[in-house]
Amino acid sequence: MTNLQMPKVEQSILSMKDKIVSDFENILDSKNILFDDDEIRPYETDALAAYKQKPLIVVLPETVEQVSKILKYCNENKIKVVPRGAGTGLSGGSLPLADCVLLGMGKFNKILEIDYKNKCVVAQPCVTNLAITHAVQDNKFYYAPDPSSQLACSIGGNVAENSGGVHSLKYGATTNNLLGIQVVLMDGTITRFGGKTLDAEGYDLLGLMTGSEGLLGVITEVTVKILKSPEVAKAALIGFSNIEDAGRCVSEIIAKGIIPAGMEIMDKALTKATNDYCKAGYPVDAEAMMIVELDGTESEVNELINRVEEIAKKNKCSSVKISKSNEERLKFWAGRKAAFPACGDLAPDYMCMDGSIPKGKLAEVLKAIQKMSEKYQLPVANAFHAGDGNLHPLIMFNANDPEQMRKTEEFGSEILKYCVKVGGALTGEHGVGIEKRELMCEAFNDTDIQQQLDIKKALDPNSLLNPGKVYPILRKCAEEGRVHVHGGKTKFPDIPRF
Amino acid sequence: MSMEEKLNSQTSLDFKSSVLKPETEEQIADIIKRCYRKNIPLEIQGRNSKKNIGRNFQTQKILDLSNYSGIIKYEPEELYIKVKSGTPLKEIKEAIDKKNQQLAFEPIDFGPLFFGKSNEGTIGGVLACNFAGPRRFKYGSARDHLLGFKGVNGKGEIIKSGGTVVKNVTGYDLSKILTGSYGTLTVFTEVAIKVLPKPDSVKTLVIANPHLKKGLEYLSLALASSSDPSGAVFYPEFFSKEFTFNDLTNEGPFSAIRIEGSKLSIDERIKRLIQELKVDKKDVSILDPEQSHIFWENTTSLKVFSNLKGNLLRVVVPPSETFDVITKLKPFNVKYFIDWGGSLIWLQLDKLTANDLKRIKELILSFSGYLTVVKIEEGLKSSVDIFSIDEIRYKISEKIKESFDPKRILNPGKMYSGI
Repeated sequence: MTNLQMPKVEQSILSMKDKIVSDFENILDSKNILFDDDEIRPYETDALAAYKQKPLIVVLPETVEQVSKILKYCNENKIKVVPRGAGTGLSGGSLPLADCVLLGMGKFNKILEIDYKNKCVVAQPCVTNLAITHAVQDNKFYYAPDPSSQLACSIGGNVAENSGGVHSLKYGATTNNLLGIQVVLMDGTITRFGGKTLDAEGYDLLGLMTGSEGLLGVITEVTVKILKSPEVAKAALIGFSNIEDAGRCVSEIIAKGIIPAGMEIMDKALTKATNDYCKAGYPVDAEAMMIVELDGTESEVNELINRVEEIAKKNKCSSVKISKSNEERLKFWAGRKAAFPACGDLAPDYMCMDGSIPKGKLAEVLKAIQKMSEKYQLPVANAFHAGDGNLHPLIMFNANDPEQMRKTEEFGSEILKYCVKVGGALTGEHGVGIEKRELMCEAFNDTDIQQQLDIKKALDPNSLLNPGKVYPILRKCAEEGRVHVHGGKTKFPDIPRF
Repeated sequence: MSMEEKLNSQTSLDFKSSVLKPETEEQIADIIKRCYRKNIPLEIQGRNSKKNIGRNFQTQKILDLSNYSGIIKYEPEELYIKVKSGTPLKEIKEAIDKKNQQLAFEPIDFGPLFFGKSNEGTIGGVLACNFAGPRRFKYGSARDHLLGFKGVNGKGEIIKSGGTVVKNVTGYDLSKILTGSYGTLTVFTEVAIKVLPKPDSVKTLVIANPHLKKGLEYLSLALASSSDPSGAVFYPEFFSKEFTFNDLTNEGPFSAIRIEGSKLSIDERIKRLIQELKVDKKDVSILDPEQSHIFWENTTSLKVFSNLKGNLLRVVVPPSETFDVITKLKPFNVKYFIDWGGSLIWLQLDKLTANDLKRIKELILSFSGYLTVVKIEEGLKSSVDIFSIDEIRYKISEKIKESFDPKRILNPGKMYSGI
């Protein structure tokens, strides 16, 4: 990925820049068309900041009609388009291309309707995730998916990435909380999938769009379900002297029929980093530290948290503490939320990986990661959404050292391949983007990927919308929309080195 | 039988037969590949429980998956079960019940409606049609419970997507586009389904009241309360008579609200819900766990429509519109009950004309809802649209169909003419 290969830059498009700008002036206000180096620099990267590329032009439309006209124009003139929400994505999904028009949706930032009768909110795509909850919390409602970047990430981006969060085992990811979208296709068609009802008839195009990483359409409006806030939430902070016990505890909680709202595990490295960073008060000797949160009605939560405590003790926990107040519960979480910045304190850079694994494989995977850490001589700390099997190893390195950068990427790939090997997935919630693109062949064979490319072709025949993302670019295949995976024999075709 | 006519190796099938009953994924792929080459359309069948739903269409051959059955892997602690698509739902439910787990989306049993007795069909059929029961608003539909699949597309290629873990955003979410596609895109072979623990217990708060408006209000308030209900239905006078329970103390129309969870919390939540809804104690009955099970099972299997002679429409509208929709439907002489906390209306029409159906459809569309024809007189079936679609979505659906099944051999015309 260090030598990331992107779709071929079309010189003819680069030379059309002035014409494109003047044509865009017929579509939108010239103040919303940016092309000077200084103006477009903020758009050269997203939260996968190691990769930078300035787009040709940035446009900031204000209406869906403008989005439609821009896409139609680009489609007719074969100009690539990269959509962008808040730019908080971790997999490089919004990384521009040198010959692309970057479609910044930032001006679509209003909540359009709060509909308590139908328990939903209609919002423009660049409203932040948390703003939706803020808009309804006075009436004791909230929007359930809570990616850690919820303060900044946009709801449209959440749809594009099918974002999850710590509560997704109980409350689902974006796709399970979404009722409808308005979307503009690459040919400029404006349409709606879903609405304010559940399970709209016909092909589930809403479900297909969700998590399609900006490759199938541009989202211009979102309708999400809102839920009644749980009456009470309590958390247990549990220490274990070995990771196997923690893993067994997770399995037993589930097997006993308890679905916690959140269940997080941090390994010793991360616990220590967090304690050093913000005095989280986590058990220092524990090999694994777990937070289990239960929410619901008071009597139910009290009953369940006691059962969790019993299960933890049965599985030889070294310490257990139940939150006595909401403040204490939030304090338990404060450390977990500071865990990533804490790693930032330990090394110049860290790379946050995002694999999914079967819950029962936790101990095995963490041990394998430890071995890899020794092999690559790079420290690693692990956070795990234990409820839904989403593992976030944080590899610490120095990005200014090219050798370390290379090793980090290799280390990361090895972790994700291991996740797939044990029956998990390449990405639980961050998306494939450019980051895991070349690993797709680990999870899918040629036919699987071809089927996905055929869907792309159905909606965007010229492959102009966010090209170069999600699916591997191999040799000359990109333009033809075909993938060649050496009959599935080359497990990890290291494309950038071709 | 020539070698050419023999299907894939071990258990060879006679391809000449009009009903093909494969037992392996390879055989399924082989059949579809041959049909693709020879342009032979196929009707996909499981146990025929939902055969009557959708448009009539004719094919040369039937792909019958009832011999392709069995549980592949069940991991209760990982909360999934992986099965072959022809596995009867009953078998899956029995297996997971032993570990005190369930399919939380309550697949609808259309058996009583069409045949007068239970026939829950196969898991493949459940996914193909995507109908969820009363828990829909809380737990999602079939589409939310399919974690991953293998299947065979219209070219006879084995494809897969998703996996067995809850969180997975690797590539397009094909599980979603295939669920509810009525077998027109891909034939499922192996499916991994999310399972969840059964609640410790359940009770049902039944509130007698004669007025639809009030009945809907109870449902809406219950869903907006902190009592966390998992079912909310309204049965008007006509159907309320079908329910006789020891604990049901009042006669006539009622709203019923299901509360599930730990035993202790259920009583407390019901008590508080009664206060929040400001209902008179005399109007309240509470069904114990046993009666609750029966009540919700009957609701899920559309018991009130058992052996229905007439027509059954399934209408979904935003809950805020339900009252007006029903008011406007009255001239059509409808009988109905309401599920999903006010959003789903099951409409029985003893008599229906193509023109009435058209008018009802327009009415529902004008309220931002949709309508599916579940059961309709045979005479009418070929002359009306069973599913509704607008021009843009039709065009997109056509292209999606082409990407999976370019020769239109899988259930052609089951959903829409030309798709």
